[in-house]
Amino acid sequence: MSNEAQTVHIDDYKFGFHYPDGSVFKTRKGLDEEVVKAISSHKQEPDWMLQYRLQALKVFREKQMPNWGGDLSDIDFENIYYYAKPSEGQSRTWDDVPDDIKTTFDRIGIPEAERKYLAGVGAQYDSEMVYHNIQESVAKLGVLFTDPETAVREHPEIVKKYFGTVIPYSDNKFAALNSAAWSGGSFVYIPPGVKVDIPLQAYFRINSENFGQFERTLIIADEGSFVHYVEGCTAPVYTTDSLHSAVVEIIALPGSRVRYTTIQNWSSDVYNLVTKRAMAYENATVEWVDGNIGSKRTMKYPSIWLMGEGAHGEVLSIAFAGKGQEQDTGGKAVHCASNTSSVITSKSISKDGGTSSYRGQIKIEPDLHNVKSHVVCDALLIDEHSISNTYPYMDIQSDDVSMEHEARVSKISEEQLFYLMSRGMDEAEASMTIVNGFLDPLVKQLPMEYAVELNRLIELEMEGSVG
Amino acid sequence: MEIKIEGLEAKIGDTPILRGVDLTMKSGEVHALMGPNGSGKSTLSNVVFGHPSYEVTGGRVLVDGEDILEMEPHERARLGLFLAFQYPVEISGVTVGRFLRRAVEIRFEGEKEVRTKGFLKDLREAMDFMEIDQQFINRYLNEGFSGGEKKRMEILQMLMLQPQFSILDETDSGLDIDALSVVARGVNKLRDQDFGALIITHYQRILDHIKPDYVHIMYQGRIVTSGGGELVTELEKSGYEWVREQYGREEEVHE
Repeated sequence: MSNEAQTVHIDDYKFGFHYPDGSVFKTRKGLDEEVVKAISSHKQEPDWMLQYRLQALKVFREKQMPNWGGDLSDIDFENIYYYAKPSEGQSRTWDDVPDDIKTTFDRIGIPEAERKYLAGVGAQYDSEMVYHNIQESVAKLGVLFTDPETAVREHPEIVKKYFGTVIPYSDNKFAALNSAAWSGGSFVYIPPGVKVDIPLQAYFRINSENFGQFERTLIIADEGSFVHYVEGCTAPVYTTDSLHSAVVEIIALPGSRVRYTTIQNWSSDVYNLVTKRAMAYENATVEWVDGNIGSKRTMKYPSIWLMGEGAHGEVLSIAFAGKGQEQDTGGKAVHCASNTSSVITSKSISKDGGTSSYRGQIKIEPDLHNVKSHVVCDALLIDEHSISNTYPYMDIQSDDVSMEHEARVSKISEEQLFYLMSRGMDEAEASMTIVNGFLDPLVKQLPMEYAVELNRLIELEMEGSVG
Repeated sequence: MEIKIEGLEAKIGDTPILRGVDLTMKSGEVHALMGPNGSGKSTLSNVVFGHPSYEVTGGRVLVDGEDILEMEPHERARLGLFLAFQYPVEISGVTVGRFLRRAVEIRFEGEKEVRTKGFLKDLREAMDFMEIDQQFINRYLNEGFSGGEKKRMEILQMLMLQPQFSILDETDSGLDIDALSVVARGVNKLRDQDFGALIITHYQRILDHIKPDYVHIMYQGRIVTSGGGELVTELEKSGYEWVREQYGREEEVHE
């Protein structure tokens, strides 16, 4: 480790630190059959997965870029590394993790967090899992929590049955890209009736310049089970654009409940284009809690397909758009069965000319009864030149439907600031107090250490916005 | 603490509101500021606290000899000044308990350890005293509160922050007689040598509960007369017509 790295203090890094690129294996820039084959062979994958990747690659090349949402024309697919492997093999204990990687994790506070809260940590450093540890009690319940590469080798019957069924590679260009180049992520299987009472957590980081991260997560909650999966990201600052394009698939079988919490804080040059979708069968509940801070442009709309009667879906979306940033986020609920309900709540904050857009869709298939959907979008503008947009789409083909949509845009008011300042708070603290208050109803839903982290990240984002 | 307002002039937009206010007040004294609507009473409280909508065009406000007009509102608060708002604003997502703990921390920064130690106990006692249900500790500040609850919350904050001088801006407006007596009880509790107050009101009834040492009458942006409790009796008898006739300036009478 260089001396320079050692003198970086936690207070000035603002997630801008990174360590010399120590990747052991890296493909060349760009994505073609040869690169896909190299990735697959490096992972010692069975042929069926290689064939899947190659099919996806074809679709990726044919598909058009989305012609809605944020401007993606800056992305140069030929100038991206699609695979890098930072260290040899998997490490089971903290001592086995290489020093520079460990230092990075230390700065984010992973081991400490683990000691206190975590059942298992799957931390992704570049493409591969370098640190993976499932607490024994969880493993004893029959829970599988591993990286998808291991799952492909050791549990092919489960992977084959579900992989790509919720989000096929034909879904969109970035789902196809991920399906061709995926690397790392999480694989979770919860056996019937098992309730995992501690959140399963994974931490992701990008640390290789121009390197796109394409992690792939597959969560299967068998009948009557419960799991809370938590994932957070920070990325170091680079001068050229990075691309993060993940795919997350959730299958919630009858009577199960899955809660998926993400707090993402990409550095301001990252394109964050993620496809997240869940299938909720009879009486199953799926909840997405999705916090997006940072990145250059985020397009992310966690979705829930309500496939069986009694299914319930919730999306809580938090977005913070600062200078030069565009958060295009929201949620989708597709009702395919009677007696289903969905709630989408979106809270966005824009400052310094940033743009937050809510984009959401409620779709209700024909001939259904007793379907309920409720959408609430709250936007807070910190200053005059920031922007908030709302794009709600509704496609309702049944009559017996209760559908509500509320949208509010507010600006931090002079009266609120004056009131708080008259009680002794300076202007920065008064603004921060209002912003925290705005997010409070959502922050309350987060696991404690994530609530603390979110507050800290927003404080960093708010710094310098006043006075 | 001594507050000395000298020739204070202020406007909002192009409209002059304060046209030369002179007023000297000290801790240990309770002053009442009365006057018809639109005479500039609330503006005076906002200007003393540095509300950004008002522009000061002349005069000074000295606190213990130091001009505070260039200070930010929070710096003025930290001197030991308090303003009970006529229309307290709602701060969504910020609980009464969390907000007050922070405000108390700031107020007693030097002696933080001592003052914040029994914070919750102090808060509960003060709430009982103000007849505010303890569940309000976890409610969002002023959100969904009735008019009376908001006013009591202002006085609760004042009790917790123990200012040296407090301005109460029409705290009595919109209160029924029971709420009024609770609010008055809060002010009277603090009343001693180290606490002073300026009670801004349109009506005399709050002054039945809080006896002022001095009474000032404001009209058309100036304090037109000052005296003792007898002024309140005079107003009660003759109403503000008397003020208009005696002190109204020709050029402004018909506005």
